[in-house]
Amino acid sequence: MDSLHVSISAETLFKIGPLAVTNSILSGSIVTFLLVALCVYFGSMKKQLAPRGFQNLLESILELLYNMTKDVAGDTKARLFFPMIATSFLYILLNNWSGLIPGNGTITIMKNENSEGHSSSLVPQAVAANETHGEVMEVINDEHSSETMMEEEAIDEEVGASEEERHIGKIPLFRAATADLNTTLALALISVFLTQYWGVRYLGLGYFKKFFNFTAGPIFTFVGILELVSEFAKIISFAFRLFGNVFAGEVLLVVIAALSPKFFPIIPLPFYGLEVFVGFIQALVFAMLSLVFINMATISHDEH
Amino acid sequence: MEGLPVAVAIGLGAIGPGIGIGLIAAKAMEAIGRNPEAAPKIQTNMILGMAFAEAIAIYALVIALILKFV
Repeated sequence: MDSLHVSISAETLFKIGPLAVTNSILSGSIVTFLLVALCVYFGSMKKQLAPRGFQNLLESILELLYNMTKDVAGDTKARLFFPMIATSFLYILLNNWSGLIPGNGTITIMKNENSEGHSSSLVPQAVAANETHGEVMEVINDEHSSETMMEEEAIDEEVGASEEERHIGKIPLFRAATADLNTTLALALISVFLTQYWGVRYLGLGYFKKFFNFTAGPIFTFVGILELVSEFAKIISFAFRLFGNVFAGEVLLVVIAALSPKFFPIIPLPFYGLEVFVGFIQALVFAMLSLVFINMATISHDEH
Repeated sequence: MEGLPVAVAIGLGAIGPGIGIGLIAAKAMEAIGRNPEAAPKIQTNMILGMAFAEAIAIYALVIALILKFV
């Protein structure tokens, strides 16, 4: 298993001053650029009253998102929350799916580890998973009688290959931005801070009565502490839910691809479909949860 | 034996969410049986609920992956 190149954190491609540009920053920037380009194009497009084709597609997506916001928050608040909810949904969705594009993770570049990433030659390498697979096949062709022996040998060979790989320092050029904990943590912080912002905007300083309530007896004081803790737990749970799902999906695909025989490459396909579905669901979950939390923060405790 | 903590982490971590997802699915099936017309709405909510239950298993999986690969 160690031969599979799995890295929990994103790897640095090169450095601009003190800023390390990782492969997930690269992917995230490309996705952001595409999203912004789409928005600019759609904004400058000559729109028809009766939408058809591309305009129809975009409008129906936005309408679905708007109706979702309206169902939870009501008409007036929906206008306020909609931009943030729709943006986070589309950004997360495209980032999740960008990790599923073939070539993501398999296009690698060579990196000289001694020079700390200052000189990284952009040499596209062959698919790493296939290489290790070929080695397993070779070992099986060797003359060993028992199956367990062969497997042990194969594992040994794989470990050797992985060490060699690490020595050379191959790193993937692209990595889904949401498969990096930094991105998901940033998204979680944005969501939670906006929750506080809208809470204060709707309820004034009375919003903080939820956390610091010393007048209504000891029980409410304790409940306030719990609320305060749960606000921080929200950041962690937002960040790890998204990161875990996307990253685990990538690991799952790599492991299944390495386990399935070379001559039968259709095996990872159902898992690929699952990951497309999970990417959508997680984007929806993030948007929905943000929406529900924000909406809850804007409702006064006395009202319900 | 080196892989044992990894296996224990994900194995124990999968028990709770497994029960949870089972309960969600059971109740959703019951609800669809009672009111088949509401099936699409129930289904979306069921999948959302499952995603939350699954997230807990994912936490355990992240721990397992960290133990395994870091």
